[in-house]
Parts: sequence; C-alpha cells; structure tokens
Amino acid sequence: MKPHFLQRWGALLLAVVALAWAGSKLVPPSARRDGLDVAAMGRLPVVFNGRVQPFDSVARNSLLQIRGKQTLREAGSGRTLSAMEWLLELMTQPKAANERRVFRIDHPDLKSLFGLPMLDASDPADDGKHYSFNKLAPNLEKLREQSALAREKADASRDPYEQAVLKLGSAVTLYMRLQSTIHPPNATSFAGQLADYAASIPAGTAAFRARFAGRDFDTNALTRMLDHAQTYLAMHGMEPPLVVPPHHPERERDNWMRMGEALLESSVPVALLRHLINEEQLPDAEASRLIAQAGTVPLHPSLALFARMADAGAKGDATGFNAAVAEYAGTLSPTFSLELSKAAREQVFNRAEPFYSAMVLYMVAFVLAGVFWFTLSEPVRRAAWWLVMAAFVVHTAGLLTRMWLEGRPPVTNLYSSAVFIGWGAAALGLVIERFWRNALGLAVAGLLSFATLIVAHYLAQAGDTMEMMRAVLDTNFWLATHVVIVTLGYASTYVAGFLSLLWVALGVGGRVLTPDLSKSLVRMVYGILCFATLFSFTGTVLGGIWADQSWGRFWGWDPKENGALIIVLWNALILHARWGGMVRERGIHLLSIAGNIVTSWSWFGTNMLGIGLHSYGFTDAAFKGLMAFAGFNLLAMVAGALVHRGPAGARAATA
Amino acid sequence: MARRVLDFLSSLRLTVTLLVLGIVLVFLGTLAQEPMGLYLVQERFFKSFFVDAVAMNAAVRKTAHLFALQVAPLPPEAYFARPLIPVFPGGYLVGGLLLANLVAAHVRRFKFAWGKSGIVLTHVGLILLLLGQLLTDLMSRESQMSFREGETRNYSEDFAKHELALVTDVEGGERELVVAVPSTLLKEGGEFRHERVPFTLRVRQLAPNANVRRRAPMVDTNLPPASSQGAGAGFVMLPLPPSLSMDRRDQPAAVVEVEAGGGSLGTWLVAPTLLPQRLPGAAAGWRIELRPTRYYQPFALTLLRTKHEIYRGTTTPKNFESRVELDHPAQGERRVVDIYMNQPLRHGGLTFYQFQMGREQLEAGGRGTSALQVVRNPSWLGPYLGTVLVFGGLMVQFLIHLVAFVGRRSRPSKPSSPSNTPSPRPGTPATSKPAVA
Repeated sequence: MKPHFLQRWGALLLAVVALAWAGSKLVPPSARRDGLDVAAMGRLPVVFNGRVQPFDSVARNSLLQIRGKQTLREAGSGRTLSAMEWLLELMTQPKAANERRVFRIDHPDLKSLFGLPMLDASDPADDGKHYSFNKLAPNLEKLREQSALAREKADASRDPYEQAVLKLGSAVTLYMRLQSTIHPPNATSFAGQLADYAASIPAGTAAFRARFAGRDFDTNALTRMLDHAQTYLAMHGMEPPLVVPPHHPERERDNWMRMGEALLESSVPVALLRHLINEEQLPDAEASRLIAQAGTVPLHPSLALFARMADAGAKGDATGFNAAVAEYAGTLSPTFSLELSKAAREQVFNRAEPFYSAMVLYMVAFVLAGVFWFTLSEPVRRAAWWLVMAAFVVHTAGLLTRMWLEGRPPVTNLYSSAVFIGWGAAALGLVIERFWRNALGLAVAGLLSFATLIVAHYLAQAGDTMEMMRAVLDTNFWLATHVVIVTLGYASTYVAGFLSLLWVALGVGGRVLTPDLSKSLVRMVYGILCFATLFSFTGTVLGGIWADQSWGRFWGWDPKENGALIIVLWNALILHARWGGMVRERGIHLLSIAGNIVTSWSWFGTNMLGIGLHSYGFTDAAFKGLMAFAGFNLLAMVAGALVHRGPAGARAATA
Repeated sequence: MARRVLDFLSSLRLTVTLLVLGIVLVFLGTLAQEPMGLYLVQERFFKSFFVDAVAMNAAVRKTAHLFALQVAPLPPEAYFARPLIPVFPGGYLVGGLLLANLVAAHVRRFKFAWGKSGIVLTHVGLILLLLGQLLTDLMSRESQMSFREGETRNYSEDFAKHELALVTDVEGGERELVVAVPSTLLKEGGEFRHERVPFTLRVRQLAPNANVRRRAPMVDTNLPPASSQGAGAGFVMLPLPPSLSMDRRDQPAAVVEVEAGGGSLGTWLVAPTLLPQRLPGAAAGWRIELRPTRYYQPFALTLLRTKHEIYRGTTTPKNFESRVELDHPAQGERRVVDIYMNQPLRHGGLTFYQFQMGREQLEAGGRGTSALQVVRNPSWLGPYLGTVLVFGGLMVQFLIHLVAFVGRRSRPSKPSSPSNTPSPRPGTPATSKPAVA
C-alpha cells in the first residue's frame, strides 16, 4: 500500500513540501535575545534612491554594496548580524560600527594603497578580505585621489584596479552617508542634544534676526544655536536617506526631509544657511523672507521619536526602543498608511527571497530530470515536473510582488531582465514538457532558470534593484511592450540553445539519446526558434518605434539595438537554412547553440562596450562570465560536430 | 542567362549568405563605434555599399582589444585618409541584395496558398522596413531648437552643419534679410558676391575644426591675431583634427576679407562661438557670423515655461517638460502644447521632441532653457506599417502551424511523434496534471 501511495502522490507531496519551505520564510524571525525589535524599525518607511522603501531595504542593499553579502558575520566572533542590526548600529553607535569589518577588499594593490597587511597573523579575526572603517580612515585622502584619477577614464577603459578603487570609493561614501541618517556625529545622547538645540532656538533666532536688521544682538545665544546648525548642515550635506516625513502630505507627498534639514528648518533653513556661507545663491527677496521667518517653524514631532529610538538603540534599552518605534509608526498612520504598508510589504518580500528559493528548487528539478533519462522512471519525471511547477509558482509570486511594489512591468533594468528570462524559460519549458513528457522541457526549465537567477543574484550586488526610472524610460507602456517582448525573445532563443546543448550532452555522454528523444529534440528546437523569431523581431522593432516616439529616430545603430538585430538575423538565418535544406538535425542544433552566444552578446556584451544609450549595466566580472559561457558553447559545438554520432539506435545499426 | 540570374537572386542560399554577411557587418559596426564614433560608423558601415579597409581595421582592432590583446587603436587622422579601399559589403549592398532576393523569390515562386499567407505578409512588411530605412537615411533631417522661457523661434539649428551668414535688418527692423553660404561651399581663396549684398567676401583662411580662443598676453606672442578687424583682432585660431566623439562636434572657423568699392575693409574672424559682428564703412548695416545652419519655418514656437523634475533626494531626472505656444498665421493656428518625454509635437511635417533642459542661474529670475530635437522624416510611418505587417504575418503563420499541430496531437496517436512542426502555445503555460505515460 505504501509504495503505491508514494508513487501516486509522492511527486505532489514533494511540491507541497517545496512550497512550504519557500513559504516558511514569510514568517517573521523571533525577536533578538536582548528584546530589541529591530525588524519593527526595519519596516518603517524612508525615502532613498528617490523612492519610498523600508529601512530594511536600505540596510540590505547597502550592506550588499559594501560587503557583498546581506548579513554580517565576522571571523572570530560567532555572531551574525542582520543587515538591519548593522544599520541600526551604524546610525546610532558610530564608534562600535567603525570597528566592524564591513568593507570587502580583494585587489592586492588596493590593500597596499591602504597599507593593509595581506593577512594579519596576530589578529585571529582577520580574514584578509574584510576591513573596518577605522582601518581605512587614515588613508581616505589617497582613496579620494585615486578615485578622481579613475573617474577621468572612460568606463570601458578602466582596469580592474581602477574599478576596485571606484567600487571601494562608493562603498565608503555610502557608509558615511548612512552614518548621518539619524544621529548627529558629535552627540553622546541625541535626545539631550535635541533638548539643548530646542532651548537655544528662541534666543538664537532672535539674535539672528537682530543681526540682519542691524540691531544689537546676543552673540552667545547666536553662537550656541549656530554651533548646532553647523553640525546639522554637515549631516544634511552627506546626503543620507530622507527619514522625516513631509509636513503637508496632502500637497507635497514626496517632500521627505533629511534629518539635518528637518532640524534646521526650525532655526535657519538649509537654503538660507548655504546662501549665507556663499555655497548657493538666493534672490535677495527670498533671503529676506527666510530671515524674517527664522525660528517660526516648530521642531518636527518625529525628531524627538527618532532621538529616543537612537538613544535606546545605542544603549540596548529594548523597552524604550520598541516603544519609540511603535509610537513613531503610530504617528505615521493613517496619513502615511500607503507608505507604511508599502514599506512593510517590501520588508516581507526582502525576507522571503522568493528568487533564491526558486533557484534552489529549479536546481533540484534539473537533477531529477537528469536522473529520469538514466532510469526512465516516470515517478521521477513527475517529481521533477511538480518541483518545476513549485519553483515556477514561487518565481511568479516574486515577480508579481516586485511589480506590485514598483508599480511597473516586470523588466525595468538588467537585474529584472535576468529574473524575467528565467521566468520565461521556465514557462516555455513547462509548455514543452506538457506536449512531450520526456523531461527535456523540465531539464531546460530547471537549468536555464537556475542559471539566470544566479546571474540575477550577482547583478543585485550593484545596489537597489528597484531603482527609479530616468525620465525617458518612465513609461509603463513601452516597458510593458518592447522590453517584455524583447526579453521573451532572449528567453526563447536561450531555451532553443539549451535544448541543443542537451542534444550534445545526451549524445556525447552516453547511449541515452534514443531515436525518439532525438527526433523530438529537433522538432522542439525548430518550434522554439519560430517562437523566438517572432518575439525577438517584434520586440526589436517595438524598440525602434519607442525610439521614434522619443527622439524621432526609428533606428540609430545603437549597440543594444544592433545586438537585438543580430538575434533576429541569427534566428532568421537558422530558419532559412533549414528551409533551404542547408542544415539538418545536427546543423540546426549547432547553429542553435551559437544562438546562446549571440543572445548573451546582445544581453550583456553590448553593455560592456561602454557606449550608446543602453550602457547602463556595465559589470566587469560579468565580462569574464560572458567569455566563459561563450567558450563553453563553442566547445559544445565542436563536440556536437565531431564527437556526437547521432541517436543511440542509429549507432547500433551502423556498428 | 536571365533565368540563371533570377535563380541565383531568388535562392535561399543567397538569403542565408546575406544574413551571415549582415550579422558580421552589424557586429563589426557595433565594435567600431568606440574608436570611430557613431556618425562615422554609420557613414562607413551602414550607409555605404562597401566597408573600407580603414573602417574594417578599426573594428578588428577593437575586437582584439576586447579579448585583452594589446593593440593600439588607429590615430584619429587615419579615419579620414583617402582613397577608401572596399573590403567588405556595406549596409546598402547587403540590404539592397536582401531586398532583391526577397522580391525575386516571391516573383519566381509565388503561388498563392492560404498556408503561405503569413510568410508573404511577413516579407512584404520586411520590404517596407528595408525601404523605409533607406528613405529615412536619404530624406530625414535632424536639427534643434533651443530657447529661453519667453523667447520665440521660427527656425531650428543643425549643429552638424554650418553656414556663413550675412544679416541685415529690413522693414524698419521688423524682419531680417539673411544671405547664407553653406560652409561646405567655402574654400580658401574662394570669393562670394550676391546681388543684394553691397560687398564681396574672400575666404582667407578656413579650418573645418578649430580651437578659437582669446589671445593670451605673454603666452601667445608668436601667434598673430586671427584677423585685422572685429573680435578676431584679440583671438587666435588653431586648426584641430576632425573630432570623433559622439558628444563633441566639429567647430569650424574662417578668416574672411571684406572688399567694397575696390578696396579692402580688413579681415574678420568668424566662428560659431563668436557673436555676430557688425561690419563698418561701405558694408555698414550688415552683420557677419559663422553659425549652425538654420532651417526657417513658416510658423514659430514660443517657450512659455519649462518643468524639470527630479526624484526627491537624487539627481535622477524624472520628467522634462516644455510648454510652448505654436503660432502658424498662414494656417490660422495658435495653440499651447506641452512637449515632454515620449510625447512629441507633430506639426508642419516636423516632429518636436523634448531634448535637453537647463536653467540660467546668473540671469535675473533664473529663466529655464529648453532644447527641442526637430526631426523632418517624411517616411516615418513606414516602419510602423512594416512592423504591423511582419508581426501580423508571423502571427498568422504561427497560428496555422499551431492549429495543424494541435489538430494532429488531439487525434489518438503516439504522443512522442508529432509529424510536423510543433509550436508551443503562446500565453500561459499549461498547468493541468499530465497523464502518466
């Protein structure tokens, strides 16, 4: 009874288990041992990178950029900090944070620039890769010089050292920006300093106005206030995230403020202060108006709450911290309930990591599909089918959530194109499998979706993957049509190419390739190529039409346009060569494998030239990856041409 | 003989060969953009019948560079060396032959069948696209219109071309009379006369690209002033090699002599960076300037206001928008239009796109400035039609195959041997549980 039950329901059960595993990440983690509800703070909305996001996203994306990981585990100490715990420390306890080894440095020349030892044997916590801010601090001037030199060069002509310099430079900048988010750098207690500042304002601004009116004024009162103001202007100048919500959301919902800016509006506003120190010019009338108004705006109510949060967080006072967070969240609702719920959703999305779960499931499914060809066990194939289905469900859920959070079609940048190609490949693979039931579709879905999600994972290290769209790209219509269709064109060309890779692998690797399997493979490839031609052509010309709408130029020979055109021409070439009888089974497969290289060139290679409208996603490590992938496909083509002897049946017949 | 030519022209082998050549051409043309610049690449790879040896050399060197080989790019002057030796078919040849191939194949093998209707439609669409691109290359013209808030323009400027303009006020200053010589007609030693201009111009010195700057005391003592009269008396003119960069255009300069009543009035330096200069004596009332070529229109645009939005707390632009008033007296048209990203204004055979935007900080009030891209492209509809036809054709063909495939699959036969093209179903994937084989 039992084996029968497993044969029948085992596959489905597997899918349920897989979904349960992926879903389990939706459950919030238990509170920290010291009771500080850091996750609750992580849920609060801020504006960074031009968009409303939770503190949690700021923390994760920043730590990814600085350290290459979303968590902080230091060699030596066994404890792992979550990104949010790290950010809280960075924002409230600069001294402790500056000792954390968060900066990842790999390039040996860069280490010697900072005079860092390759590996400090006397320090058990040193792993030779991660360094604290304090280690870098003495040589920041050198880093600044080197960055300036590297920036003078064009993107494409920078060598690995220069790229490493720029990367570290931007990591250090980001780190310093974040440090000015909440807590003034010189305060031991923010609440204490805030009280002193508030007390200094009435007399200070009175003296300030008197000075400009040419009357006698109290120098001490003015100095006391301006000392604070100077600090806050510096904080504001670091361009940290905007944490203070706007006063009048009904008219200016976007007008979030930085902490420094919000502190200053109650004494001498930023614009006026900059005008007075000659950093910015204001028309005289505007300056006089601001001087007259100085000191009339009360301190924003959220400042006191942030001060309590910061002080309690620094002391590890869980009750105080949790109360301040809850109270602040309370002041935001209902006025900012949109932002609150969006931030909360995004935090859940961050925690759930749907694309990571899908990636793991796709990999397992691919392995199962491989097992099927050697065992021809139908339950194994069904298990693979249901696993791909489970992965696809998780993948789709992730994609939809991203679209919901962004209010955008699925593809907005290089990262999301990788996620979407994987999704398209899985969908196509499932369709193929539905027709043929020989695990080929499953194998391609598993392998290709796994591979593209890995690519996405690395692309995510560049920072915020939900960045805002520049003006010209700010059109959901064209993003939904041109971009989605052209990306599906990539996905289908890859699916054809990977099916052909399977043809090589199965034919070279053993006697697995039966005549039936072989026949269905070439038909699949042909069908998918027709599909790919349709999508790549339509997507490419839609891009032309978009360009005509934006610039009046249907076709501009931009590298990315050319790359897409080459995919269309390549697919057309395979189809015409087949219709003309110039290639048969083997030829189609070899050409279709080359399609992998062609597609990768268009997807990534054209961005690496550092020219043109689409050079938005330059990544240096990606170039090596691209070369390796191209080399692999060339090898497969050689193997397919020379070693592959056709299906096993045919071989037996000739033997 | 004619039959053999037709056989060759209509063969699929030719199609495949041309597709291969096209792929190689586009690939090389992409790589050559970094060293040569987009404009030169378009001229030498795509808008020509052959790719020449120098252009090919540049592309090959860039390819080698991509693979980390230490090859120096060609020096910029090399790109302008003549003669051009053809080494590879260019865009016009490959595109033209593809066109011939397509037409010949349909003439030769055309037999109408519903099963082929999609293919025919696709190819008609392709012909339209190819012809459309050719027409665009030949007929489209790009220029720019830039103004400050409150200013009115009835012309656009083409920064890739220049003209030597002689301007005088007529009708009591209401209108200007302009006599312009395209810079391509200027030659050193050349002479210009016009019935309405009371003087003669003689070109003394000419540079297609030059650095014109104020003559520095102490430093430029051995460089003579560029001209005897006007602004040029305090400037030097240093010829430069042609620029290859996409964002830096050639800035020509010339020194011209003005002659009237049998005598010389002196020489003037003209360059796009200099303001118009008033001429004296017999030429009084006339201004001279070398400026980007202007295209005058029978209507005018006035920039009412600009809007430049960025995302809060960043420098990422969110929206550029110009509100303009269109005034076309001959057509009795006068209306206010907003031009912004992806939302151009089409009027009088021209299309106006939002291009750049700025703000003058120093001027009182800091008026906004805006530049519109002005495109004349009579064949703009071609690609739209072609796209619809090709897409329709591919869809028809796709559906024909799909119906045939699904029809065969639904008959009781062995599931793993469909006898014709299988095509996956577009749209959502199947989610129902597959039957156990």
